[in-house]
Amino acid sequence: PPAHSHSDWIGPPDKHSNLRPVIFYVPPQESALERRLREARQEAQASNQRFWARHNRAFLQEKEEFIYSRLKAKGLEMRDESGQKATLNAEEMADFYKDFLNKNLKKHLQYNRDWYKRNFRITFLMGQVALVRALRWLRWRKKNVEQ
Amino acid sequence: MSAARRCRPPRALAGLFVWRLRNTGVSQIPCRFVHLYRVANNRLITFQYFNFLKRMYVTQCNKDLSQRAKPKMDSVVSPFHELQQLDQEKKAVHKISPVSPVHQLESETSSRNELREMKSAAETEDSVIPVGAESKEDRQWKEMKLRLDDLPGVLARLSKSKLTALVVSTTSAGFAMAPVPFELTCFLLASLGTGLASCAANSINQFFEVPFDSNMNRTKNRPLVRGQISPLLAVCFAASCGIPGIALLTLGVNPLTGALGAFNIFLYTCCYTPLKRMSIANTWVGAVVGAIPPMMGWTAATGSLDAGALLLGGILYSWQFPHFNALSWGLREDYSRGGYCMMSVTHPGLCRRVALRHCLALIGLSAVAPVLNITTWTFPIISLPINLYISYLGFRFYRDADRSSSRKLFFCSLWHLPLLLLVMFTCKKSVLEKEDKGNLPRGSHETAMEIRLP
Repeated sequence: PPAHSHSDWIGPPDKHSNLRPVIFYVPPQESALERRLREARQEAQASNQRFWARHNRAFLQEKEEFIYSRLKAKGLEMRDESGQKATLNAEEMADFYKDFLNKNLKKHLQYNRDWYKRNFRITFLMGQVALVRALRWLRWRKKNVEQ
Repeated sequence: MSAARRCRPPRALAGLFVWRLRNTGVSQIPCRFVHLYRVANNRLITFQYFNFLKRMYVTQCNKDLSQRAKPKMDSVVSPFHELQQLDQEKKAVHKISPVSPVHQLESETSSRNELREMKSAAETEDSVIPVGAESKEDRQWKEMKLRLDDLPGVLARLSKSKLTALVVSTTSAGFAMAPVPFELTCFLLASLGTGLASCAANSINQFFEVPFDSNMNRTKNRPLVRGQISPLLAVCFAASCGIPGIALLTLGVNPLTGALGAFNIFLYTCCYTPLKRMSIANTWVGAVVGAIPPMMGWTAATGSLDAGALLLGGILYSWQFPHFNALSWGLREDYSRGGYCMMSVTHPGLCRRVALRHCLALIGLSAVAPVLNITTWTFPIISLPINLYISYLGFRFYRDADRSSSRKLFFCSLWHLPLLLLVMFTCKKSVLEKEDKGNLPRGSHETAMEIRLP
């Protein structure tokens, strides 16, 4: 993002986590409240990134392993004659999806709780910041009008 | 970002191409595919092209849909409305033309893509394949500043405006079926109130689900995911839709409708949305969410929840299951990775059984309608063919449990419901017969125009 910009910038989705990273603008006179908000958002972003990157990587890895083991059981190789990757059909993959979901359920429940808490906190802080800014702007306008 | 990342077994893909020849216009579950059929009959179809087309449609599709009724349910429903829009597709074709050099590259890689099953974000090939101007733009860093001219489009997507339109039409169906003289102002107030409530609920749903939406192909272009709007603004928008909406229903129509509306918002945002990630019970809760709008329409007209309301609600409740279960059958990978507890992933047998059970229940419910004096006896007779057809497809889905049967069932459900409601309306029992024992219309408005129905 350009150096002169006064707003946050959001980028393309991350390769592993599919989440879009945000670069936060730090205003020169950042109040304590605004700093808290920014830090909360940064922390949430980092935590989400960690979770999803790890989770997606685990998914892909386990999926590969599953395909490999199933193909081996069937006596096939990972790549066929033309060098292309062999795959399993949807019904065979369904077993994997079911297992994966069940295995990760607890992890997801924990993450959900975290995410909801963070989301509410960030939004509440945003609300506070917006309110403070609005009041400040009203005061400034009143001052200007009086002058 | 290409759809090649989706899990696509080769068998299903073969089916895809066979369909193209048949030119039935239906396709795999992601709606983006269907546009390709109508547009590119002879071109080798690739996933990038699909994804690209879909993005074109996100802001173009309007509410001009052939199907009337769709319950406020799982967000999964919304992309499929795009199926019905032939005009929009033509428009999109023109937009796509500048990207033609992309296709040659795509056809080379398409054969490779066919066998790609990995939904791998780390695949280098994905970055090599050009996906068109719009997604190039997508890969850039964007300023997170709200632009006022973008706002209507963003809010429309935030509130899932097409889904909302279908919910409102379900409500109007409920209103129309009520055995009281038609009152236009009440009808309009009820529709508006329901629409606002639905916008609010959908916005809150998106607010809750940002990281999950970004990981699923179907939902990764939502406004909050893309940072086009801040969460605070989304919540404010939801509040500014929901509060007036419920107030309108409570004060302008009647308190019962308002209460139902508020309850439905609560059910959708606080029960269904979190439950999606906790247990498969979410599907049943979601079915109730979808069943309530027609009941709201009924109570708006009559002011009470009688058997007719419950029957209409029951019909929509039962309809949800073949609709959603068939749909979720094709999304198992995304649900599994995203951590959504859906029957299709964890209890596939149950998924199909429930879908079949409720298809049959629809037949039963249609037969009950004349007993409750809502329709004449012609209704179960006329609706029997379509109910039997969906039950047949439900049975096929139950027995075969494969992609093609799930798709067939899903697409059938899309036209089955509007048709059923239409037939129900035409078979409605005459209001004049019930004038003596009719209920007094609700409401505190004095300017009602009374239109007598035949």
